[in-house]
Amino acid sequence: MYPPRFAYEAPRSLDQAQALLAEYGDEAKVLAGGQSLVPLLKLRFAAPAMLVDINNVPDLEYHRTASDGSLRVGALCRHADLERSTLLAQFPVMASAAPLVADPVVRHRGTLVGSVCHADPQGDWSAVLLALDASIVAVGPEGRRTIPMAEFVLGPFTPALRPGEIAIEAVIPPPQHQPAGSYFKLERRVGDFATAGAAVAVEMDGSRVTRAGIALTGVGTLGTRATAAEEALTGHELTDGSIAEAADAAAESANPQSDHRGSAQFKRHVVRTFVSRALHRVLDAPAGKAA
Amino acid sequence: MTVVHEEPTAGADVPTRRIRVTVNGVTKTVELEPRVLLVHLLRQALGLTGTHMGCDTTNCGACTVLVDGRPTKSCTMLAVQADGHEVRTVEGMSTPSELHPLQEGFKEEHGLQCGFCTPGMLMSAKALLENNPDPTEDEIRWALSGNLCRCTGYQNIVKAVQWAAHKMRGEQA
Repeated sequence: MYPPRFAYEAPRSLDQAQALLAEYGDEAKVLAGGQSLVPLLKLRFAAPAMLVDINNVPDLEYHRTASDGSLRVGALCRHADLERSTLLAQFPVMASAAPLVADPVVRHRGTLVGSVCHADPQGDWSAVLLALDASIVAVGPEGRRTIPMAEFVLGPFTPALRPGEIAIEAVIPPPQHQPAGSYFKLERRVGDFATAGAAVAVEMDGSRVTRAGIALTGVGTLGTRATAAEEALTGHELTDGSIAEAADAAAESANPQSDHRGSAQFKRHVVRTFVSRALHRVLDAPAGKAA
Repeated sequence: MTVVHEEPTAGADVPTRRIRVTVNGVTKTVELEPRVLLVHLLRQALGLTGTHMGCDTTNCGACTVLVDGRPTKSCTMLAVQADGHEVRTVEGMSTPSELHPLQEGFKEEHGLQCGFCTPGMLMSAKALLENNPDPTEDEIRWALSGNLCRCTGYQNIVKAVQWAAHKMRGEQA
């Protein structure tokens, strides 16, 4: 399948990329890894007049720990780079999610920032970054701004980027206490869209939960944050009882649709199981060790 | 669907771009429309039909090639994006007189039946063994999980990669 015709530029600087985006406005689309955009073009679900390929823009391939301890992921950092990274030890939910994104071949090309900008309700990174209270840095005609993940997704496939804006970095804040947690996803086979997924990111002070971030994949049109589940944990000892309460609350937060991947009731059950499983891993881990 | 992309369409105002791409060690200059996919460039413009177009939806991995050493689904990358980069396809694996150990392994261990997925399997396996010369069975299955095979049930593909890994490490297969 051929995509529809489009004009194509591969600028060698962020300034040039921004100039093209300013010129073409919402007729332009940014191409990074292309693992969602190219299929959309081929299916003719997207037909931009101008593709601005940022793969030649230098210094966007990084992921690094900044001086404040936050993790910075550049717009051209590939999933595979994160999968092999040693920097995710402080962000265990990211370390467990990286190998579950799409399939190994797609992970070599696809990017975290691109995946978040694609804003697919079944995208893995959106839930993970939501659970971690991450934000997205964008540059545009009105300058640079930082958009919290909670405000970044306006609807399915609709990021909060303005015409002419380009997302250049994801910022994941540093943990204040011992970080723990994991990401679980149910898929019928590798590379399929998630039936359901759950990102659980907690911080522990001994056996007490000081921070809890729980977000769900594929069980709502917007990124689903399980606020009630977080509240059931934050400030309390982690126990079998609080885990059960949080898992039930997360299942309640889910808003799944019945489809060929499973019934809404089944997907809720999967959410409950995943949240419980992730938290039991934290509970069962040796003291001081991330789970 | 047959479209020749080496020359701009006469009379039609179709913008093309000139790119330089190194395929299996040979640098080529090609002029093409930006919407042409890498798999089209390889198969149609360059005649390298060893790379198979399977699902055309980023699922099956039959079209996997190496771009700067990284396995890439060539149906999900624009050919213009290969400008200035190095592409390796299944045609670059063997010499006229000798198969690559992976190809030998697929032959010895019956790692293919219909053979349609094989070029993609070989390229993914090649990238795996270049990074990890002694993979476990789990690591092999994990590395090949973006490549679908409808015939073999994967058992003999895993054995073929193990056979090649042995040989490439200089051990008795």
